[in-house]
Amino acid sequence: MSDPATLQKTALFAAHQKLGARLVDFGGWHMPVQYTGIIEEHKAVREAAGVFDISHMGEFFVSGPFAKSFLNGLLTNDVAKLAIGQGQYTLMLNEQGGVIDDLIIYHLREGQYFLVVNASKIDEDRAWMEQKLKLPAGAGIFFSDRSSMYSAVALQGPKALEIARALLGAGWPEPKRNEITGYSWNCQEILAARTGYTGEDGIEIFFKNEIAENFLFALLEAGKPFGLKPCGLGARDTLRLEACLPLNGNDLSEKRTPLEAGLGFFVSLTKEAVFPGKEVLLRQKSEGVKEKLIAFRVKEKGPPPRPHYPLFQGDAHVGEVTSGAPSPTLGYGIGLAYVKTACAEPGTALELEVRGSRVPVEVVKKPFYKRAI
Amino acid sequence: MSNIPEQLRYAASHEWIKVDGDTGTVGITDHAQHELSDVVYVDLPKVGAKIAAGAVAAVVESVKAASDIYSPVGGEVVEVNAGLVKQPELVNTDPYGAAWLFRLKLSAPAELDALQDAAGYKAQIGG
Repeated sequence: MSDPATLQKTALFAAHQKLGARLVDFGGWHMPVQYTGIIEEHKAVREAAGVFDISHMGEFFVSGPFAKSFLNGLLTNDVAKLAIGQGQYTLMLNEQGGVIDDLIIYHLREGQYFLVVNASKIDEDRAWMEQKLKLPAGAGIFFSDRSSMYSAVALQGPKALEIARALLGAGWPEPKRNEITGYSWNCQEILAARTGYTGEDGIEIFFKNEIAENFLFALLEAGKPFGLKPCGLGARDTLRLEACLPLNGNDLSEKRTPLEAGLGFFVSLTKEAVFPGKEVLLRQKSEGVKEKLIAFRVKEKGPPPRPHYPLFQGDAHVGEVTSGAPSPTLGYGIGLAYVKTACAEPGTALELEVRGSRVPVEVVKKPFYKRAI
Repeated sequence: MSNIPEQLRYAASHEWIKVDGDTGTVGITDHAQHELSDVVYVDLPKVGAKIAAGAVAAVVESVKAASDIYSPVGGEVVEVNAGLVKQPELVNTDPYGAAWLFRLKLSAPAELDALQDAAGYKAQIGG
């Protein structure tokens, strides 16, 4: 851990301390890993609701008459499909088709787009976009990185929407799945998107730093009767892993394409726009991928998988774990790993090497956990 | 506020040892279990294994990570707490009792002198 004094703090740092959080270095940010315990917080989100500080994430705004075509030539998903008020998961690739970042883009108003990017990639994403925005390509496009001005919380769980209604009142325009709406809360602008990173229903709410602490405490108060708990990044990681939502830096990297990661649904190879990496993906699609990101579970009561553990089929080294943890919902170890395509079918028996011993695991269908609708 | 029993000796790496004749029982401290939080898996040494002072003897896994547990002194493993395989959460609830990890026949009892008493360990963790 680097010196805590050099770590960046969100506008909710003081609130975390008041709430008794255990704070750790997360990619240069001083963030809560847990308040009371990862398993307890994980279960709160699956059974009631949890709220996470996601203020470290980046907020970019892109606007102007040519914003849509610019973004379509930058991102893998088809931006033209977004009606006003809608969002989509998408990826930003390098020329080799490797993932720079995965993000959500929302179409706020005509010609105005809002992008939420990973905290650890803010500088890299901005540099990549600014390079693409050099004139003449960037004429008529306004780009601004407002990451340092915005805070955000993710309110997630089966009770999340009830809690949001209790706090925001009858006038709040409730977003439907993947939608975003604006609202004024106590004369302060907020944006609420029906998105998340836990596998549960819920919303992510964005606002200016000035109201962050007031908003969080008002939300916790409104959520008290529903069992709302503040949750840390520890539970966020086990929740997203159960839902098989990839983590950039673990499951995604500049060396892996979205097709290898099983994210082809979020890549439009049929749109006219040519985005970085498109040609590589077209070739990969016709030739097939050599390795795939698969989900696997540990059989019986074995040790939990961890990133970089090797996977074997007999004597053959066939892959490597990118994410792994004990699943609080399922009670056994689960993981994501890149393996040779021949070993990627659900039901395939593999062996995980843990501290020199072999542990039987099985490739399973994604995701590990899907909420009842 | 961590529980630090008076009668035990402590390693700087957060293990405790309780000595009875030439045998020592080893576990992790209350402070350590609190820092690890939710323990979900324990890997124990093999009975008969010879372990040097300060060498990795066991692994305790929390939700977040696997943590090495070091033997405070050298010796031969004479017994392990097999109950932890089924109930790893005992490490959180009873770190000085039901969650002892292994017993050693001490090879060099003088190594105990290098360990801290409760006051020393308390000062180390600022507790």
